[in-house]
Amino acid sequence: MSMSANPSGTTPVRMMPSSAAPKKPAAPVQKEDAMWLQKELVNGNYTELANARQLGKKVSATFVPGNLNELLMCFDFARSLPETNALQNGMRKKSGKMIMDAERDGHSEDVCTYVKADLGMMLQGQVGPTGEALPTPDVLLLSYTGCFTFMKWFELVRQKYDCETVMLHVPYQGEGHVTQSMRDYVVKQLKENVIPTLERVSGVRFDIDRLRQYMRESAKAEEDLVWTLQSAKRKPSPIDGYFGAVYYIGPIFTAFRGTPEATKFYATLRAEIEQRIRDGKGPITPEGEMPEEKYRLVVEGPPNWTSFREFWKMFYDEGAVVVASTYSKVGGVYDFGFRHDPDHPLESLAEYCLGCYTNLNFPQRIDMICKYMDEYQADGLLINSIKSCNSFSAGQLLILREVEKRTGKPAAFIESDLVDPRYFSAANIKNRLESYFQMIKQKRTAAGAH
Amino acid sequence: MTLKDIVDRCEALFEDTRFGAVRDWKAAAPGRKAIGYMPIYVPRELIHAAGMLPVGIFGGGDQLEVIQGDAYYQSYICRIPRSTLELGLTGRLDCLDGLLFPSICDVIRNLSGMWQVLFKDKYVKYLDLPQNYDDATGGSFYVREMQALREDLARLAGREISDAALNASIAVYNENRKAIRELYAYRAQKPWQAPTSEVYLVLRAGCVLPPEEHTRLVRAYLAAADAQQRPRRDNARVVLTGSFCEQPPLGLIKSIEIAGCYVVDDDFQLIQSWLLDEVPADGDPLQELSKAFLHRSASTASKYDEKKADKGQFLLRQVKTRGAEGVIFAAPSFCDPALLERPMLQEILARHGIPYTAFKYAENTGQMAPIREQAGTFADSIKLWSAA
Repeated sequence: MSMSANPSGTTPVRMMPSSAAPKKPAAPVQKEDAMWLQKELVNGNYTELANARQLGKKVSATFVPGNLNELLMCFDFARSLPETNALQNGMRKKSGKMIMDAERDGHSEDVCTYVKADLGMMLQGQVGPTGEALPTPDVLLLSYTGCFTFMKWFELVRQKYDCETVMLHVPYQGEGHVTQSMRDYVVKQLKENVIPTLERVSGVRFDIDRLRQYMRESAKAEEDLVWTLQSAKRKPSPIDGYFGAVYYIGPIFTAFRGTPEATKFYATLRAEIEQRIRDGKGPITPEGEMPEEKYRLVVEGPPNWTSFREFWKMFYDEGAVVVASTYSKVGGVYDFGFRHDPDHPLESLAEYCLGCYTNLNFPQRIDMICKYMDEYQADGLLINSIKSCNSFSAGQLLILREVEKRTGKPAAFIESDLVDPRYFSAANIKNRLESYFQMIKQKRTAAGAH
Repeated sequence: MTLKDIVDRCEALFEDTRFGAVRDWKAAAPGRKAIGYMPIYVPRELIHAAGMLPVGIFGGGDQLEVIQGDAYYQSYICRIPRSTLELGLTGRLDCLDGLLFPSICDVIRNLSGMWQVLFKDKYVKYLDLPQNYDDATGGSFYVREMQALREDLARLAGREISDAALNASIAVYNENRKAIRELYAYRAQKPWQAPTSEVYLVLRAGCVLPPEEHTRLVRAYLAAADAQQRPRRDNARVVLTGSFCEQPPLGLIKSIEIAGCYVVDDDFQLIQSWLLDEVPADGDPLQELSKAFLHRSASTASKYDEKKADKGQFLLRQVKTRGAEGVIFAAPSFCDPALLERPMLQEILARHGIPYTAFKYAENTGQMAPIREQAGTFADSIKLWSAA
């Protein structure tokens, strides 16, 4: 049995965040040490971007899926990731105005709100999430992995700022596997388009040994990340593989993969989780330790950023832990064995880009979710369908049906958006989640009775 | 055939969501196969050379009631995938032995995988068209993609597809493209003689008829249209752009014309005019098709513009060569490529002093009054206040 928030294709209720409720003093947020470290890293990167011009650094912008961070570091770029800027602005409640500004500037209400938040931020003077002004990028590396909107996004930025743009066309895994032809195509573009452009813009000569060294660091961090995410196979899970995982994936999916800082972050994280396992603890939530794990879920789709804490609370208040998520693979699928390989650097970068989650075809995505349901002993699948993201969302109702059919476990469907606060209806989502948890409970009871 | 006969026939083909023409073609000889394709472009020559019928699938239009298809899509997804699924789930596409999904957007891309899950007995291929236009890089990749398709089709056909057969098919399609170019040129020259509501139907017939027959039909239409004098109106000459995937209802095209616009160029069914000139039919066929794609093909929102300076040039050329006085941006709701492209093109048009207006539609849009009013106001503004 499925629960769809949208069986008839109706538009979700649009609600502006309420400002009428009296505000209580907020309790201090509780985080793991690694989460604080992650925050420091992210903020540090914004400071580096803000000071890039004074530091004599060139600035690159690129996207999270298929990002070539190790390669960009070879040219000493300060590295900006527009999706991260948008989500950080979303979490800081700044994105709503940016989106409306972009719409007033002629952008359709129908299109991706990450794009509009980014363009709106530019219209507001390019002040980043931390309040520091971000520089105009010197180069836009259009790693066109798993999302067509990326292409238009950077064409729009180029139109506005006349930035140099280099395209890396990453073919889609339409038939469910990577072919030699696809690999060769990506490697050839790296050699003949991407690297020469980055050399020219940065003035730094490409050194493949430097790339290898960064990739060695990447592989170490990837090992610890996978260990961390897979720790959720335990009962109780020591982590939340969706809400908690977005902190865990932050450094490796953005400007830090390949740095010693990232390696240190993941080693710290792993040690912390190991300790939680020894202590028999569940995940840490913004309100402290999660007392009891009642429901284990797999989640498909990105989270909502504008009401992230409120959204998470709907889960931990009910004792629901997300044990695995597809979103935590959006910047790289590492849990099936892929690691950046310093012995075959360019081929490995190609393999990485080709293997990102949204570059997988539907049968692969369904297989992956079913595998998670089984290996992480999940009670059900929840799909958070994001209005902005056709790459994720188009066809998710088929995923829901197929996963239910194959696993016999209940699935539910909710809708929200990435950074547009107009598309987060807390009451609707909460109702639906509560009913869903009830359904899991009943199913469990019924199964126990037989 | 009279003009009316031709247009009536095209309209009947257009309205037939059971693809009777395809079924008839298959039934005419044993073992015939048909391969469908979604917008915007696939190299139909490969299908034709395999002895199969290429069939254009442009959604279900405004006559198809979508019931099952809606169960697969959220409200914020465009309509073409849901109506295409409806066609598939109701058996209307049973006449197809396979379906090609060229890279156009994330929705159509994902639909290719959904098709694999839902129609397991059918051949399905996602065709990745190159976004790198260097012969040795994007070209090599594209040639390999076409070669893989060629081998798949050969397996389906049970026979090899020779270079000679491919070159013969290229020649057939060259002739078809030539006829389409003549049709577009004629319409631009005498839009009152060849209204777009008719031209559109003549083009759509090319989705279900063999190319040889379609070429004859286009030429027959041109002759018949030229033979019948129609009143010339003082309409505004416009280019319509943004409708390259999900198609507007025919009523919308008629409404634009009734409102006082002559559509002198459009991007409705780009595949038929995608390659801009003749593809050499005596060389290495895949190489020649690749070069034509990379260097001599139309621009659209799904295709990367390598340089900032390239953006909008194709549209500006359309405006200039067709003598258009303005541009109508008509995009399907929730069409990411068209709607993200639109502000960039509008900025360029504004820089060149070319008037434009914009609206959205769905293939089943029923209310035409707002479109008529908007198009009418636009036509009036061109006629009354433009510098010309």
